Amino acid sequence: MTDKYDAIVVGGGHNGLVCSALLARAGKQVLVLEANEQVGGAAVTREFSEGYSVSACAHLLYQLQPSVRKDLKLRTKLASEDMTTIALGDDGRHVRIKGKSVDGVGDADADSYRRFYKRMTRFADLLRRYLNKKPPRLGTRDFEDLMTLGQLGFDVRRLGKSEMREFLRLIGMNIHDELTEQFESPLLRGALSLDAVLGTHLGPRSPNTIMTYLYRLAGNHGRVALPAGGMGSVSDELAQVARESGVTIRTGMPVSRIVIDNGRVSGVETENGERFDSMTVISNADPKLTIMNLVGARHVETGFTRRIHHLRMKGNAAKLHLALDGLPTIDGLSKADYAERLLIAPDEHFVERAFNPAKYGESSPEPVLEITFPSVCDSSLAPTGKHVMSAVVQYAPYERKGGWTDAARQEFEAAAIRMIERYAQDIVQRVTASELLTPADIEREFHITGGHWHHGELTLDQFLFVRPVCGAAQYRMPVDGLYLCGAGAHPGGGVSGTAGRNAARAILSREKAA
Amino acid sequence: MTIQEVHQGRLCSPFHSRISALDTVNQWHEWKGYSSADALYCEETEYFAIRNATAVFDLTPMTKYRITGPDALEYINRLVTRDMSNIKPGRVAYAVWCDDRGQVIDDGTIFHLKEGEYRLCSQERHMAWLQTSAMGFDVSIVLETEDIAALAVQGPTSFTVLKTMGLNGLEDLKPFGLMNFDFDGADLMVSRTGFTGDLGYEIWIQSGKAELLWDALFEAGKLHGIRAMGTHALELARIEAGYLAAYEDFLPADATVRTGRTRSPLELGLDWLVDFKKPNFNGRRALAEEKRSGSTWRLVKLDIDGNKAAHDSYIFSTEKGNKREIGFVTSAAWSPVCKQNIAIGTVRTPHGKIGSTLWVEIYYQREMHWSRAMAKANVVDKPFWFPPRRSATPPGPY
Repeated sequence: MTDKYDAIVVGGGHNGLVCSALLARAGKQVLVLEANEQVGGAAVTREFSEGYSVSACAHLLYQLQPSVRKDLKLRTKLASEDMTTIALGDDGRHVRIKGKSVDGVGDADADSYRRFYKRMTRFADLLRRYLNKKPPRLGTRDFEDLMTLGQLGFDVRRLGKSEMREFLRLIGMNIHDELTEQFESPLLRGALSLDAVLGTHLGPRSPNTIMTYLYRLAGNHGRVALPAGGMGSVSDELAQVARESGVTIRTGMPVSRIVIDNGRVSGVETENGERFDSMTVISNADPKLTIMNLVGARHVETGFTRRIHHLRMKGNAAKLHLALDGLPTIDGLSKADYAERLLIAPDEHFVERAFNPAKYGESSPEPVLEITFPSVCDSSLAPTGKHVMSAVVQYAPYERKGGWTDAARQEFEAAAIRMIERYAQDIVQRVTASELLTPADIEREFHITGGHWHHGELTLDQFLFVRPVCGAAQYRMPVDGLYLCGAGAHPGGGVSGTAGRNAARAILSREKAA
Repeated sequence: MTIQEVHQGRLCSPFHSRISALDTVNQWHEWKGYSSADALYCEETEYFAIRNATAVFDLTPMTKYRITGPDALEYINRLVTRDMSNIKPGRVAYAVWCDDRGQVIDDGTIFHLKEGEYRLCSQERHMAWLQTSAMGFDVSIVLETEDIAALAVQGPTSFTVLKTMGLNGLEDLKPFGLMNFDFDGADLMVSRTGFTGDLGYEIWIQSGKAELLWDALFEAGKLHGIRAMGTHALELARIEAGYLAAYEDFLPADATVRTGRTRSPLELGLDWLVDFKKPNFNGRRALAEEKRSGSTWRLVKLDIDGNKAAHDSYIFSTEKGNKREIGFVTSAAWSPVCKQNIAIGTVRTPHGKIGSTLWVEIYYQREMHWSRAMAKANVVDKPFWFPPRRSATPPGPY
């Protein structure tokens, strides 16, 4: 049997849902096919042990864009917002960062941080304007592209002579150098280093880590929030909005291929052999999976195949979930502090040293962590009196030498728990169940090549005009009727909905022009 | 780690012992790692062997790839701009391949050896591009340049020579066809192809039999004016035939740095090789756009007044009595057989339509002093040299 739609979205990740809802609101008949039983992609809440649930992949909301909320009238319920980041010190003296202020450091550092924050958020605001629109192409005569490019040049120039110079100096630089110049406090340096490298295959000394830090700030000035009910509730709300807009969503329907007829898209086929027709197929999957597996290299050109093949997208961040029969004891934390975002990154060298083994395909024996106890302010996630911990643990290279065997997984999990134990000596007694998701697991369970949460490293060579690759930056793939709407497209990952929204707008405006 | 022994310095073709024995001028150049003769006697003598008897050219250094596998046809069809599905086994096709921007990487010949088995021959090397293109296809690509010895046997008596050598049935071989013969227990492949625009063949054999083949060929050609030749004579012949040469008439796109210096097949007059009916091939999207919006350059064949070859000349058009520079000559020669001053050049569109008159500025030197002549040049359609014997089947005896 075949069904005909105006557009088919392959993958019901949050971007796919945003894109489908916006298209449906423009009057399109849209079908979303999700491989998993649950929509949301990497933005889902899952039970990992009986009674204990957690945001399975993405766990903090820091980028959901106001434009997306407004367009879709979202009323996302938050369990906590504007969380404080607490960089844990092993002596119980922690550093607390919130907005432009930082506690637990000397006055000089506090002053420097205020200036640093002001400058960085200003740069991030500049960036944000371009994250929320179709990236311009270079070397074209397209009016819209030229306007955007002109605006970009103008905006950079408008920073003023010295700030423009700073912007251009910093944008390609590593965060380590800047932090050691600015701050004395090792904990502060460590925390900001970790913020810059979370979710990437980069260490604080890698070039480009100022850019990834700015990307983080560009969402919402770095303010983070926990959605009530875990990240899955964001996706559920998006799915709800999409359904109300008329989108058909079918789960448990892995797409096996995007059908190309005579050089253009004509529909998709699912693994169970069903065929759906549409002249427009929008892939929420990552660019590699989309082109190399679903479309097939033979339907695109060699140069494009090469660029897609060489996309750097090997994940290096693991997720660790713990079921706890009570909160662990961390010196110097109040009860309320457990609801905040905790970082284990003693200093910038520690973060870099954690990264070192990853360069050679080994996992960190002393990893760095971003920890939350979401059950503290969201009782729906764990039985009464019990808690869950959700942590990002780095580094766990996707291509681990020797593979992610059971022994390797145990070793890495033990290393992570040993790190937590330095700050919370009773953690081991508290753990009743655990789940570790390495990039290899994330690849398998969420269908992201390389298990990289940005669907491709977020570096200058894979950013803006050239994201995912040169020649395909405007959501349009070089096959008629094929579009990309996921994190692999501009601007990148994070639960922001931006890629989905930008893609929908690009598709609709293209249709209008045609 | 073991380090494999690799060739150092220049390679010798398997025919080297025979060619160097005939060589009188000791004039060699490097061609893709091999020593290749510029000339063995003198350019003119060798050239006249092509046009009046039989000239033999060693084309072993020509890069040769064996492409096999269930997806071979589909793979090649995605690689090159022309439709290869109507090139049956036993046939040869001239083809160009482009990058994603529709700019020519190289041209060459593709031999359909048997079902699912092809040989691609080109002047330049392309393994990286061929391998990248193979992603997603079930094909294997093997470089066989060193394994296969090859000779071009070109000229009006070439058929007679090969026939004398004992290749029975060769009379049925049409242009761009290929046949296989037994030669001393080895497979000798003969294709009716060449780079001279004359009656001629290219013959292919495993390297180990090269010397034996050379000896048999020259024995058979003794009474038919057979002569070995070098690249200079071939260069003159190919200009007469209107064939393009990489690095002369176009630059391989993958080795060109500056934008605007590469050419599309449409700009090289190879529209007939671009088949937009194929749903996908490298460069298709860009070429379709170029076809819609117009090309920047046009390749022209020029018949020029006078007898001074227009090497590297600027080409001008006349507009309202003023001459405006519109392009340049890429290959030029005085053609002895056509008695014409000929050139291949490239001009900006819309200039250079067939039948139009252009001007070329020829600089020449007489005893140290330079002079300049503005010569009239007519844009012609056909190759300068295209004798009926080139395509006559069976070829006449000479």
